[in-house]
Amino acid sequence: MYAQMIKTARSGVKTRDEMTDQERAFQDKIDNDIKIEPRDWMPDDYRATLIRQIGQHAHSEVVGQLPEGNWITRAPTLERKAILLAKVQDEAGHGLYLYSAAETLGESRDELVRLLHEGRMKYSSIFNYPTLNWADIGAVGWLVDGAAIVNQVALQRTSYGPYSRAMIKICKEESFHARQGYHAIMKMAFGSPEQKRQAQDAVNRLWFPAIMMFGPNDSESTHSEQSMAWKIKVKSNDELRQQFVDQTIPQIEYLGLDLPDPGIRWNEERGHYDFSDPDWSEFFDVIKGNGPCNVDRMTARRKAWDDGEWVRDGLLAHAQKKSARTAAE
Amino acid sequence: MTRDEALFDFLLRLGDNTLILGHRVSEWCGHAPVLEEDIALANTALDMIGQTQMWLGLAAEVEGKGRDADTLAFLRDAWDFRNLLLVEMPNGDFGQTLMRQFLFDAFHSVLLGRLMTSSDERVAAIAAKASKEVAYHLERSADTVVGLGDGTEESHARMQAALDYLWPYVGEMFRADAVDAEMVAAGIAPDPAGLREEFDGITTRVLSEATLEIPASSFGHKGGKDGSFHTEHLGHLLCSMQWLQRAYPGCEW
Repeated sequence: MYAQMIKTARSGVKTRDEMTDQERAFQDKIDNDIKIEPRDWMPDDYRATLIRQIGQHAHSEVVGQLPEGNWITRAPTLERKAILLAKVQDEAGHGLYLYSAAETLGESRDELVRLLHEGRMKYSSIFNYPTLNWADIGAVGWLVDGAAIVNQVALQRTSYGPYSRAMIKICKEESFHARQGYHAIMKMAFGSPEQKRQAQDAVNRLWFPAIMMFGPNDSESTHSEQSMAWKIKVKSNDELRQQFVDQTIPQIEYLGLDLPDPGIRWNEERGHYDFSDPDWSEFFDVIKGNGPCNVDRMTARRKAWDDGEWVRDGLLAHAQKKSARTAAE
Repeated sequence: MTRDEALFDFLLRLGDNTLILGHRVSEWCGHAPVLEEDIALANTALDMIGQTQMWLGLAAEVEGKGRDADTLAFLRDAWDFRNLLLVEMPNGDFGQTLMRQFLFDAFHSVLLGRLMTSSDERVAAIAAKASKEVAYHLERSADTVVGLGDGTEESHARMQAALDYLWPYVGEMFRADAVDAEMVAAGIAPDPAGLREEFDGITTRVLSEATLEIPASSFGHKGGKDGSFHTEHLGHLLCSMQWLQRAYPGCEW
Protein backbone atom coordinates (compact mmCIF):
# COMPACT_ATOMS: atom_id res chain seq x y z
CA MET A 1 0.00 0.00 0.00
CA TYR A 2 1.87 2.84 1.06
CA ALA A 3 0.06 5.14 -1.34
CA GLN A 4 -2.58 7.32 0.24
CA MET A 5 -4.54 10.39 -0.73
CA ILE A 6 -3.24 10.26 -4.27
CA LYS A 7 -4.61 13.32 -5.98
CA THR A 8 -5.91 12.18 -9.34
CA ALA A 9 -4.75 14.65 -11.91
CA ARG A 10 -8.18 15.48 -13.25
CA SER A 11 -11.51 16.67 -12.01
CA GLY A 12 -14.45 14.45 -12.79
CA VAL A 13 -14.66 11.40 -15.00
CA LYS A 14 -15.36 11.98 -18.68
CA THR A 15 -18.34 10.25 -20.21
CA ARG A 16 -17.72 8.23 -23.41
CA ASP A 17 -19.25 11.05 -25.42
CA GLU A 18 -16.80 13.56 -24.00
CA MET A 19 -13.79 11.37 -24.85
CA THR A 20 -11.67 11.70 -27.96
CA ASP A 21 -11.28 8.57 -30.12
CA GLN A 22 -7.86 7.99 -28.58
CA GLU A 23 -9.24 8.27 -25.05
CA ARG A 24 -12.11 5.97 -25.87
CA ALA A 25 -9.77 3.32 -27.26
CA PHE A 26 -7.66 3.65 -24.11
CA GLN A 27 -10.70 3.29 -21.85
CA ASP A 28 -11.87 0.25 -23.84
CA LYS A 29 -8.57 -1.48 -23.17
CA ILE A 30 -8.91 -0.80 -19.48
CA ASP A 31 -12.51 -1.97 -19.42
CA ASN A 32 -11.43 -5.19 -21.13
CA ASP A 33 -8.60 -5.72 -18.61
CA ILE A 34 -5.89 -5.27 -21.22
CA LYS A 35 -2.78 -3.92 -19.49
CA ILE A 36 -1.39 -0.54 -20.49
CA GLU A 37 2.30 -0.80 -21.35
CA PRO A 38 4.98 1.92 -21.34
CA ARG A 39 4.96 2.52 -25.10
CA ASP A 40 1.17 2.68 -25.36
CA TRP A 41 -0.59 5.99 -25.65
CA MET A 42 -2.09 7.13 -22.35
CA PRO A 43 -3.77 10.32 -21.17
CA ASP A 44 -1.35 12.76 -19.51
CA ASP A 45 -3.44 12.70 -16.35
CA TYR A 46 -3.28 8.90 -16.16
CA ARG A 47 0.51 9.11 -16.43
CA ALA A 48 0.76 11.88 -13.83
CA THR A 49 -1.48 10.08 -11.36
CA LEU A 50 0.46 6.85 -11.71
CA ILE A 51 3.80 8.59 -11.24
CA ARG A 52 2.47 10.11 -8.05
CA GLN A 53 1.09 6.80 -6.77
CA ILE A 54 4.06 4.62 -7.71
CA GLY A 55 6.50 7.27 -6.49
CA GLN A 56 4.77 7.54 -3.13
CA HIS A 57 4.76 3.77 -2.89
CA ALA A 58 8.51 3.63 -3.65
CA HIS A 59 9.29 6.37 -1.13
CA SER A 60 7.34 4.44 1.50
CA GLU A 61 9.47 1.35 0.97
CA VAL A 62 12.63 3.40 1.39
CA VAL A 63 11.53 5.44 4.41
CA GLY A 64 10.05 2.24 5.83
CA GLN A 65 13.61 0.96 6.34
CA LEU A 66 14.04 3.44 9.18
CA PRO A 67 11.51 2.25 11.80
CA GLU A 68 12.60 -1.36 11.28
CA GLY A 69 16.28 -0.51 11.02
CA ASN A 70 15.83 1.07 14.42
CA TRP A 71 15.77 -2.45 15.92
CA ILE A 72 18.23 -4.41 13.76
CA THR A 73 21.13 -3.75 16.11
CA ARG A 74 18.98 -4.72 19.11
CA ALA A 75 17.32 -7.85 17.72
CA PRO A 76 17.25 -10.40 20.55
CA THR A 77 18.55 -13.47 18.70
CA LEU A 78 20.74 -14.15 15.69
CA GLU A 79 17.80 -15.64 13.84
CA ARG A 80 15.57 -12.62 14.47
CA LYS A 81 18.40 -10.34 13.40
CA ALA A 82 18.85 -12.31 10.17
CA ILE A 83 15.11 -12.32 9.44
CA LEU A 84 14.84 -8.59 10.03
CA LEU A 85 17.86 -7.87 7.84
CA ALA A 86 16.36 -9.99 5.08
CA LYS A 87 13.06 -8.18 5.40
CA VAL A 88 14.54 -4.69 5.31
CA GLN A 89 16.66 -5.70 2.34
CA ASP A 90 13.47 -6.83 0.57
CA GLU A 91 11.82 -3.47 1.29
CA ALA A 92 14.73 -1.59 -0.26
CA GLY A 93 14.47 -3.95 -3.24
CA HIS A 94 10.76 -3.12 -3.56
CA GLY A 95 11.75 0.53 -3.63
CA LEU A 96 14.03 -0.25 -6.58
CA TYR A 97 11.36 -2.09 -8.61
CA LEU A 98 8.89 0.69 -7.99
CA TYR A 99 11.27 3.48 -8.96
CA SER A 100 11.97 1.46 -12.11
CA ALA A 101 8.23 1.19 -12.78
CA ALA A 102 7.99 4.98 -12.42
CA GLU A 103 10.92 5.37 -14.82
CA THR A 104 8.91 3.53 -17.50
CA LEU A 105 6.52 6.50 -17.29
CA GLY A 106 9.35 8.95 -17.96
CA GLU A 107 10.12 10.09 -14.41
CA SER A 108 13.64 9.50 -13.08
CA ARG A 109 14.40 8.16 -9.63
CA ASP A 110 16.60 11.17 -8.88
CA GLU A 111 13.73 13.52 -9.65
CA LEU A 112 11.30 11.60 -7.44
CA VAL A 113 13.83 11.56 -4.60
CA ARG A 114 14.37 15.30 -5.03
CA LEU A 115 10.62 15.90 -4.76
CA LEU A 116 10.49 13.78 -1.61
CA HIS A 117 13.37 15.62 -0.01
CA GLU A 118 11.79 18.97 -0.84
CA GLY A 119 8.61 17.84 0.88
CA ARG A 120 6.67 17.86 -2.40
CA MET A 121 5.98 14.13 -2.39
CA LYS A 122 4.83 11.98 0.48
CA TYR A 123 5.23 8.47 1.80
CA SER A 124 2.79 6.39 3.81
CA SER A 125 1.64 7.95 7.09
CA ILE A 126 2.44 4.72 8.96
CA PHE A 127 6.19 5.28 8.80
CA ASN A 128 5.83 8.46 10.81
CA TYR A 129 5.09 6.35 13.86
CA PRO A 130 7.95 5.13 16.05
CA THR A 131 8.97 1.54 16.87
CA LEU A 132 9.28 1.67 20.64
CA ASN A 133 9.70 -1.91 21.77
CA TRP A 134 10.74 -5.19 20.15
CA ALA A 135 7.12 -6.32 19.73
CA ASP A 136 6.66 -3.37 17.38
CA ILE A 137 8.86 -5.22 14.90
CA GLY A 138 6.47 -8.15 14.98
CA ALA A 139 3.50 -5.81 14.79
CA VAL A 140 4.95 -3.92 11.83
CA GLY A 141 5.37 -7.16 9.89
CA TRP A 142 1.97 -8.49 10.88
CA LEU A 143 -0.20 -5.35 10.82
CA VAL A 144 1.61 -2.93 8.51
CA ASP A 145 2.75 -5.44 5.93
CA GLY A 146 -0.58 -7.23 6.44
CA ALA A 147 -2.46 -4.04 5.55
CA ALA A 148 -0.12 -3.46 2.63
CA ILE A 149 -0.81 -6.95 1.31
CA VAL A 150 -4.57 -6.40 1.35
CA ASN A 151 -4.06 -3.34 -0.80
CA GLN A 152 -1.37 -4.78 -3.00
CA VAL A 153 -3.18 -8.02 -3.76
CA ALA A 154 -5.93 -5.81 -5.19
CA LEU A 155 -3.33 -3.78 -7.07
CA GLN A 156 -2.00 -6.87 -8.84
CA ARG A 157 -4.97 -6.23 -11.14
CA THR A 158 -4.11 -2.57 -11.66
CA SER A 159 -4.22 -1.40 -15.29
CA TYR A 160 -0.59 -0.35 -15.73
CA GLY A 161 1.47 -3.42 -16.69
CA PRO A 162 4.81 -2.64 -14.98
CA TYR A 163 3.06 -1.62 -11.74
CA SER A 164 0.87 -4.71 -11.77
CA ARG A 165 3.87 -6.99 -12.30
CA ALA A 166 5.83 -5.23 -9.56
CA MET A 167 2.89 -5.85 -7.21
CA ILE A 168 2.81 -9.56 -8.04
CA LYS A 169 6.49 -9.92 -7.18
CA ILE A 170 6.25 -7.75 -4.08
CA CYS A 171 3.20 -9.57 -2.69
CA LYS A 172 5.12 -12.84 -2.54
CA GLU A 173 7.76 -11.29 -0.31
CA GLU A 174 5.23 -9.35 1.75
CA SER A 175 3.41 -12.50 2.77
CA PHE A 176 6.69 -13.85 4.18
CA HIS A 177 7.06 -10.57 6.07
CA ALA A 178 3.58 -10.76 7.54
CA ARG A 179 4.10 -14.37 8.62
CA GLN A 180 7.43 -13.68 10.31
CA GLY A 181 5.90 -10.65 12.02
CA TYR A 182 3.02 -12.65 13.39
CA HIS A 183 5.39 -15.39 14.53
CA ALA A 184 7.57 -12.83 16.34
CA ILE A 185 4.65 -11.25 18.16
CA MET A 186 3.22 -14.67 18.95
CA LYS A 187 6.43 -15.51 20.82
CA MET A 188 5.92 -12.35 22.86
CA ALA A 189 2.19 -12.78 23.46
CA PHE A 190 2.78 -16.35 24.66
CA GLY A 191 5.97 -15.43 26.51
CA SER A 192 6.69 -13.83 29.88
CA PRO A 193 4.28 -11.24 31.36
CA GLU A 194 6.72 -8.50 30.36
CA GLN A 195 6.86 -9.76 26.79
CA LYS A 196 3.07 -9.95 26.67
CA ARG A 197 2.89 -6.38 27.93
CA GLN A 198 5.16 -5.28 25.09
CA ALA A 199 2.98 -7.13 22.57
CA GLN A 200 -0.18 -5.48 23.91
CA ASP A 201 1.48 -2.07 23.87
CA ALA A 202 2.51 -2.56 20.24
CA VAL A 203 -0.99 -3.59 19.15
CA ASN A 204 -2.60 -0.71 21.06
CA ARG A 205 -0.31 1.86 19.48
CA LEU A 206 -0.24 0.51 15.94
CA TRP A 207 -3.86 -0.57 15.40
CA PHE A 208 -5.34 2.78 14.43
CA PRO A 209 -2.30 3.93 12.43
CA ALA A 210 -2.53 0.59 10.55
CA ILE A 211 -6.18 0.99 9.63
CA MET A 212 -5.50 4.60 8.62
CA MET A 213 -3.10 3.26 5.99
CA PHE A 214 -6.07 2.65 3.69
CA GLY A 215 -6.75 6.38 3.57
CA PRO A 216 -9.86 8.39 4.46
CA ASN A 217 -13.39 7.02 4.35
CA ASP A 218 -14.86 6.66 0.86
CA SER A 219 -17.20 9.57 1.52
CA GLU A 220 -14.15 11.79 2.10
CA SER A 221 -11.94 10.31 -0.57
CA THR A 222 -12.22 12.91 -3.29
CA HIS A 223 -9.84 11.54 -5.86
CA SER A 224 -11.01 7.98 -6.14
CA GLU A 225 -13.56 8.06 -8.92
CA GLN A 226 -11.22 8.67 -11.85
CA SER A 227 -8.59 6.34 -10.41
CA MET A 228 -11.20 3.58 -10.16
CA ALA A 229 -12.38 4.23 -13.74
CA TRP A 230 -8.76 3.93 -14.90
CA LYS A 231 -8.23 0.90 -12.65
CA ILE A 232 -5.24 2.57 -11.06
CA LYS A 233 -7.17 1.87 -7.90
CA VAL A 234 -9.16 -1.33 -7.86
CA LYS A 235 -11.07 -1.37 -4.57
CA SER A 236 -12.26 1.47 -2.36
CA ASN A 237 -10.51 2.50 0.86
CA ASP A 238 -13.38 1.30 3.04
CA GLU A 239 -13.69 -2.06 1.29
CA LEU A 240 -9.99 -2.74 1.80
CA ARG A 241 -10.05 -1.52 5.40
CA GLN A 242 -12.99 -3.82 6.23
CA GLN A 243 -11.20 -6.77 4.65
CA PHE A 244 -8.11 -6.06 6.76
CA VAL A 245 -10.12 -5.68 9.98
CA ASP A 246 -12.02 -8.91 9.32
CA GLN A 247 -8.85 -10.91 8.79
CA THR A 248 -6.93 -9.37 11.68
CA ILE A 249 -9.34 -9.49 14.62
CA PRO A 250 -9.36 -13.29 14.92
CA GLN A 251 -5.54 -13.13 14.86
CA ILE A 252 -5.51 -10.70 17.79
CA GLU A 253 -7.91 -12.97 19.66
CA TYR A 254 -5.71 -16.00 18.98
CA LEU A 255 -2.81 -14.16 20.61
CA GLY A 256 -4.90 -13.69 23.74
CA LEU A 257 -4.40 -9.92 23.59
CA ASP A 258 -7.06 -7.33 24.40
CA LEU A 259 -8.69 -5.80 21.34
CA PRO A 260 -7.23 -2.33 20.76
CA ASP A 261 -10.66 -0.76 20.11
CA PRO A 262 -13.70 -1.16 22.40
CA GLY A 263 -15.92 -0.63 19.37
CA ILE A 264 -14.90 -3.93 17.76
CA ARG A 265 -17.74 -6.44 17.61
CA TRP A 266 -19.01 -9.02 15.14
CA ASN A 267 -21.99 -7.79 13.17
CA GLU A 268 -24.04 -10.83 12.24
CA GLU A 269 -26.22 -8.90 9.83
CA ARG A 270 -23.34 -7.43 7.82
CA GLY A 271 -21.20 -10.51 8.14
CA HIS A 272 -18.31 -8.22 9.11
CA TYR A 273 -16.71 -6.77 12.21
CA ASP A 274 -17.82 -3.31 13.27
CA PHE A 275 -15.02 -1.07 14.49
CA SER A 276 -14.47 2.53 15.54
CA ASP A 277 -13.37 5.15 13.12
CA PRO A 278 -9.80 6.23 13.76
CA ASP A 279 -9.18 9.81 14.79
CA TRP A 280 -8.99 11.30 11.33
CA SER A 281 -7.69 14.60 12.65
CA GLU A 282 -4.58 12.69 13.72
CA PHE A 283 -4.31 11.21 10.23
CA PHE A 284 -4.47 14.64 8.60
CA ASP A 285 -1.94 15.97 11.10
CA VAL A 286 0.47 13.18 10.19
CA ILE A 287 -0.09 13.76 6.47
CA LYS A 288 0.66 17.46 6.99
CA GLY A 289 3.97 16.66 8.65
CA ASN A 290 2.97 16.63 12.30
CA GLY A 291 3.23 12.94 13.06
CA PRO A 292 5.56 11.74 15.84
CA CYS A 293 8.46 11.02 13.48
CA ASN A 294 7.93 13.06 10.29
CA VAL A 295 10.75 15.48 10.95
CA ASP A 296 13.20 12.80 12.09
CA ARG A 297 12.44 10.52 9.15
CA MET A 298 12.96 13.22 6.56
CA THR A 299 16.03 14.57 8.31
CA ALA A 300 17.53 11.07 8.28
CA ARG A 301 16.75 10.57 4.59
CA ARG A 302 18.10 13.97 3.56
CA LYS A 303 21.22 13.44 5.65
CA ALA A 304 21.82 10.03 4.05
CA TRP A 305 21.47 11.62 0.61
CA ASP A 306 23.68 14.63 1.39
CA ASP A 307 26.34 12.60 3.20
CA GLY A 308 26.40 10.21 0.26
CA GLU A 309 26.96 12.85 -2.37
CA TRP A 310 30.74 12.41 -2.43
CA VAL A 311 30.26 8.65 -2.84
CA ARG A 312 27.92 9.01 -5.80
CA ASP A 313 30.18 11.65 -7.35
CA GLY A 314 33.28 9.54 -6.76
CA LEU A 315 31.82 6.40 -8.32
CA LEU A 316 30.50 8.37 -11.27
CA ALA A 317 33.86 10.06 -11.83
CA HIS A 318 35.56 6.67 -11.74
CA ALA A 319 33.12 5.18 -14.23
CA GLN A 320 33.77 8.12 -16.58
CA LYS A 321 37.55 7.79 -16.25
CA LYS A 322 37.27 4.10 -16.94
CA SER A 323 35.19 4.48 -20.06
CA ALA A 324 37.50 7.26 -21.30
CA ARG A 325 40.46 4.89 -20.80
CA THR A 326 38.67 2.08 -22.61
CA ALA A 327 37.80 4.44 -25.47
CA ALA A 328 41.44 5.56 -25.72
CA GLU A 329 42.72 1.99 -26.02
CA MET B 1 44.93 -25.80 26.98
CA THR B 2 43.32 -28.89 25.48
CA ARG B 3 42.77 -29.20 21.77
CA ASP B 4 39.03 -28.65 22.19
CA GLU B 5 39.63 -25.57 24.32
CA ALA B 6 41.86 -24.19 21.58
CA LEU B 7 39.32 -25.12 18.92
CA PHE B 8 36.59 -23.40 20.92
CA ASP B 9 38.65 -20.21 21.06
CA PHE B 10 39.49 -20.45 17.38
CA LEU B 11 35.81 -20.84 16.46
CA LEU B 12 34.93 -17.85 18.63
CA ARG B 13 37.45 -15.81 16.66
CA LEU B 14 35.73 -16.73 13.42
CA GLY B 15 32.20 -16.24 14.74
CA ASP B 16 32.94 -13.05 16.65
CA ASN B 17 34.55 -11.46 13.59
CA THR B 18 31.42 -11.98 11.53
CA LEU B 19 29.07 -11.14 14.40
CA ILE B 20 30.69 -7.83 15.24
CA LEU B 21 31.29 -6.78 11.65
CA GLY B 22 27.76 -7.88 10.68
CA HIS B 23 26.44 -5.71 13.49
CA ARG B 24 28.50 -2.73 12.41
CA VAL B 25 27.39 -3.04 8.80
CA SER B 26 23.75 -3.37 9.84
CA GLU B 27 24.00 0.02 11.56
CA TRP B 28 23.84 1.52 8.05
CA CYS B 29 20.29 0.33 7.43
CA GLY B 30 18.34 3.11 5.69
CA HIS B 31 21.24 5.58 5.68
CA ALA B 32 23.37 4.51 2.70
CA PRO B 33 24.38 6.92 -0.09
CA VAL B 34 22.16 5.22 -2.65
CA LEU B 35 19.44 2.57 -2.54
CA GLU B 36 21.61 -0.11 -4.18
CA GLU B 37 24.11 0.33 -1.35
CA ASP B 38 21.39 -0.05 1.28
CA ILE B 39 20.57 -3.39 -0.31
CA ALA B 40 24.20 -4.46 -0.63
CA LEU B 41 25.03 -3.52 2.97
CA ALA B 42 22.00 -5.37 4.36
CA ASN B 43 22.89 -8.35 2.20
CA THR B 44 26.49 -8.38 3.42
CA ALA B 45 25.39 -8.07 7.05
CA LEU B 46 22.90 -10.87 6.54
CA ASP B 47 25.58 -13.19 5.15
CA MET B 48 27.82 -12.44 8.11
CA ILE B 49 25.08 -13.08 10.65
CA GLY B 50 24.40 -16.39 8.91
CA GLN B 51 28.09 -17.30 9.15
CA THR B 52 28.04 -16.32 12.82
CA GLN B 53 25.23 -18.77 13.46
CA MET B 54 27.33 -21.55 11.98
CA TRP B 55 30.65 -20.69 13.68
CA LEU B 56 29.21 -19.95 17.10
CA GLY B 57 26.88 -22.92 16.83
CA LEU B 58 29.88 -25.16 16.27
CA ALA B 59 31.82 -23.41 19.05
CA ALA B 60 29.00 -24.15 21.49
CA GLU B 61 28.91 -27.76 20.35
CA VAL B 62 32.67 -28.14 20.82
CA GLU B 63 32.49 -26.53 24.25
CA GLY B 64 29.71 -28.92 25.29
CA LYS B 65 28.47 -26.88 28.23
CA GLY B 66 24.92 -26.41 27.07
CA ARG B 67 25.42 -23.00 25.52
CA ASP B 68 24.30 -22.20 21.99
CA ALA B 69 25.12 -19.59 19.35
CA ASP B 70 22.69 -17.10 20.91
CA THR B 71 24.00 -17.41 24.46
CA LEU B 72 27.52 -16.99 23.13
CA ALA B 73 26.53 -13.89 21.15
CA PHE B 74 24.30 -12.23 23.68
CA LEU B 75 25.58 -13.25 27.11
CA ARG B 76 29.34 -12.80 27.00
CA ASP B 77 31.03 -9.62 28.15
CA ALA B 78 33.63 -7.77 26.07
CA TRP B 79 36.69 -9.58 27.45
CA ASP B 80 35.31 -12.91 26.27
CA PHE B 81 35.00 -11.70 22.69
CA ARG B 82 37.71 -12.91 20.34
CA ASN B 83 37.20 -10.74 17.28
CA LEU B 84 39.90 -8.71 15.56
CA LEU B 85 40.02 -5.08 16.67
CA LEU B 86 39.47 -4.04 13.04
CA VAL B 87 35.87 -5.24 12.94
CA GLU B 88 34.79 -3.36 16.06
CA MET B 89 36.06 -0.02 14.73
CA PRO B 90 33.23 2.46 14.12
CA ASN B 91 31.64 2.86 10.70
CA GLY B 92 32.88 6.41 10.14
CA ASP B 93 31.83 7.57 6.69
CA PHE B 94 30.87 5.22 3.88
CA GLY B 95 34.48 5.14 2.72
CA GLN B 96 35.75 3.99 6.10
CA THR B 97 33.05 1.31 6.25
CA LEU B 98 33.98 -0.03 2.83
CA MET B 99 37.73 0.16 3.48
CA ARG B 100 37.26 -1.83 6.71
CA GLN B 101 35.14 -4.31 4.75
CA PHE B 102 37.75 -4.65 2.03
CA LEU B 103 40.63 -5.26 4.46
CA PHE B 104 38.56 -7.82 6.33
CA ASP B 105 37.23 -9.48 3.17
CA ALA B 106 40.75 -9.86 1.79
CA PHE B 107 41.91 -11.57 5.00
CA HIS B 108 38.70 -13.55 5.37
CA SER B 109 38.78 -14.90 1.82
CA VAL B 110 42.38 -16.10 2.20
CA LEU B 111 41.65 -17.70 5.57
CA LEU B 112 38.47 -19.44 4.43
CA GLY B 113 40.26 -20.74 1.35
CA ARG B 114 42.71 -22.55 3.62
CA LEU B 115 40.03 -23.71 6.06
CA MET B 116 38.25 -25.53 3.25
CA THR B 117 40.96 -28.19 3.56
CA SER B 118 40.79 -28.30 7.36
CA SER B 119 41.24 -31.70 9.00
CA ASP B 120 38.01 -30.97 10.90
CA GLU B 121 35.19 -31.69 8.45
CA ARG B 122 32.77 -29.39 10.25
CA VAL B 123 35.17 -26.47 9.88
CA ALA B 124 35.82 -27.33 6.24
CA ALA B 125 32.08 -27.47 5.48
CA ILE B 126 31.32 -24.07 7.00
CA ALA B 127 34.34 -22.54 5.28
CA ALA B 128 33.19 -23.92 1.93
CA LYS B 129 29.76 -22.37 2.34
CA ALA B 130 31.03 -19.05 3.67
CA SER B 131 33.77 -18.67 1.08
CA LYS B 132 31.22 -18.42 -1.73
CA GLU B 133 29.60 -15.46 0.00
CA VAL B 134 32.92 -13.88 0.91
CA ALA B 135 34.21 -14.10 -2.67
CA TYR B 136 31.31 -11.84 -3.60
CA HIS B 137 31.89 -9.53 -0.61
CA LEU B 138 35.52 -9.11 -1.66
CA GLU B 139 34.63 -8.43 -5.27
CA ARG B 140 32.19 -5.73 -4.21
CA SER B 141 34.30 -4.07 -1.53
CA ALA B 142 37.38 -4.10 -3.80
CA ASP B 143 35.40 -2.54 -6.67
CA THR B 144 34.07 0.15 -4.37
CA VAL B 145 37.51 0.91 -2.92
CA VAL B 146 38.86 1.25 -6.46
CA GLY B 147 35.92 3.37 -7.59
CA LEU B 148 36.18 5.77 -4.69
CA GLY B 149 40.00 5.80 -4.47
CA ASP B 150 40.25 6.59 -8.17
CA GLY B 151 37.16 8.83 -8.22
CA THR B 152 37.12 12.52 -7.36
CA GLU B 153 39.72 14.41 -5.37
CA GLU B 154 37.44 14.32 -2.35
CA SER B 155 36.64 10.62 -2.58
CA HIS B 156 40.35 9.87 -3.02
CA ALA B 157 41.26 11.89 0.06
CA ARG B 158 38.57 10.22 2.14
CA MET B 159 39.67 6.73 1.08
CA GLN B 160 43.30 7.49 1.83
CA ALA B 161 42.28 8.79 5.27
CA ALA B 162 40.27 5.60 5.87
CA LEU B 163 43.22 3.43 4.87
CA ASP B 164 45.60 5.41 7.11
CA TYR B 165 43.18 5.05 10.02
CA LEU B 166 42.55 1.33 9.61
CA TRP B 167 45.93 0.03 8.47
CA PRO B 168 47.31 -0.27 12.04
CA TYR B 169 44.59 -2.87 12.67
CA VAL B 170 45.77 -5.15 9.87
CA GLY B 171 48.80 -6.60 11.64
CA GLU B 172 46.70 -8.41 14.24
CA MET B 173 45.26 -10.69 11.57
CA PHE B 174 48.63 -12.39 11.10
CA ARG B 175 49.90 -12.66 14.68
CA ALA B 176 50.01 -16.24 15.88
CA ASP B 177 49.55 -17.36 19.48
CA ALA B 178 49.18 -20.63 21.40
CA VAL B 179 45.64 -21.20 20.07
CA ASP B 180 46.90 -20.91 16.51
CA ALA B 181 49.84 -23.21 17.23
CA GLU B 182 47.44 -25.85 18.53
CA MET B 183 45.23 -25.48 15.43
CA VAL B 184 48.23 -25.82 13.14
CA ALA B 185 49.41 -28.92 15.02
CA ALA B 186 45.97 -30.49 14.62
CA GLY B 187 45.80 -29.61 10.93
CA ILE B 188 42.61 -27.67 11.61
CA ALA B 189 43.79 -24.22 10.58
CA PRO B 190 46.78 -22.57 8.92
CA ASP B 191 49.44 -20.49 10.63
CA PRO B 192 48.12 -16.90 10.38
CA ALA B 193 51.57 -15.62 9.45
CA GLY B 194 51.40 -17.74 6.32
CA LEU B 195 48.34 -15.86 5.08
CA ARG B 196 50.13 -12.55 4.81
CA GLU B 197 51.67 -13.01 1.42
CA GLU B 198 48.39 -13.78 -0.29
CA PHE B 199 46.70 -10.91 1.59
CA ASP B 200 49.43 -8.51 0.53
CA GLY B 201 48.99 -9.66 -3.05
CA ILE B 202 45.29 -8.74 -3.00
CA THR B 203 45.64 -5.47 -1.13
CA THR B 204 48.63 -4.25 -3.13
CA ARG B 205 46.84 -4.91 -6.41
CA VAL B 206 43.52 -3.34 -5.39
CA LEU B 207 44.93 -0.37 -3.49
CA SER B 208 47.29 0.47 -6.29
CA GLU B 209 44.42 0.36 -8.78
CA ALA B 210 42.60 2.63 -6.35
CA THR B 211 45.62 5.00 -6.51
CA LEU B 212 45.96 4.74 -2.73
CA GLU B 213 49.20 4.53 -0.82
CA ILE B 214 49.72 1.81 1.77
CA PRO B 215 51.06 3.46 4.94
CA ALA B 216 54.77 2.91 5.53
CA SER B 217 54.44 2.04 9.21
CA SER B 218 54.08 -1.63 9.97
CA PHE B 219 52.89 -0.96 13.53
CA GLY B 220 49.91 -3.11 14.48
CA HIS B 221 47.50 -2.83 17.42
CA LYS B 222 46.67 -6.10 19.13
CA GLY B 223 44.48 -7.56 21.85
CA GLY B 224 41.22 -8.38 20.05
CA LYS B 225 41.70 -12.01 19.06
CA ASP B 226 42.83 -13.02 22.54
CA GLY B 227 40.37 -10.65 24.25
CA SER B 228 43.05 -8.99 26.37
CA PHE B 229 42.71 -5.47 24.99
CA HIS B 230 39.61 -4.53 23.03
CA THR B 231 38.87 -0.95 21.99
CA GLU B 232 36.43 1.26 23.88
CA HIS B 233 34.02 0.82 20.99
CA LEU B 234 33.17 -2.82 21.66
CA GLY B 235 31.42 -2.21 24.99
CA HIS B 236 29.02 0.27 23.42
CA LEU B 237 28.27 -2.08 20.57
CA LEU B 238 27.47 -4.88 23.03
CA CYS B 239 25.20 -2.55 25.01
CA SER B 240 22.78 -2.28 22.14
CA MET B 241 23.28 -5.79 20.78
CA GLN B 242 22.74 -7.56 24.09
CA TRP B 243 20.23 -5.22 25.68
CA LEU B 244 17.03 -7.24 25.27
CA GLN B 245 18.60 -10.50 26.39
CA ARG B 246 20.09 -8.78 29.42
CA ALA B 247 16.96 -6.80 30.34
CA TYR B 248 14.60 -9.78 30.01
CA PRO B 249 16.71 -12.83 30.85
CA GLY B 250 15.53 -16.32 30.06
CA CYS B 251 12.85 -15.36 27.54
CA GLU B 252 12.21 -16.96 24.20
CA TRP B 253 12.07 -14.62 21.23
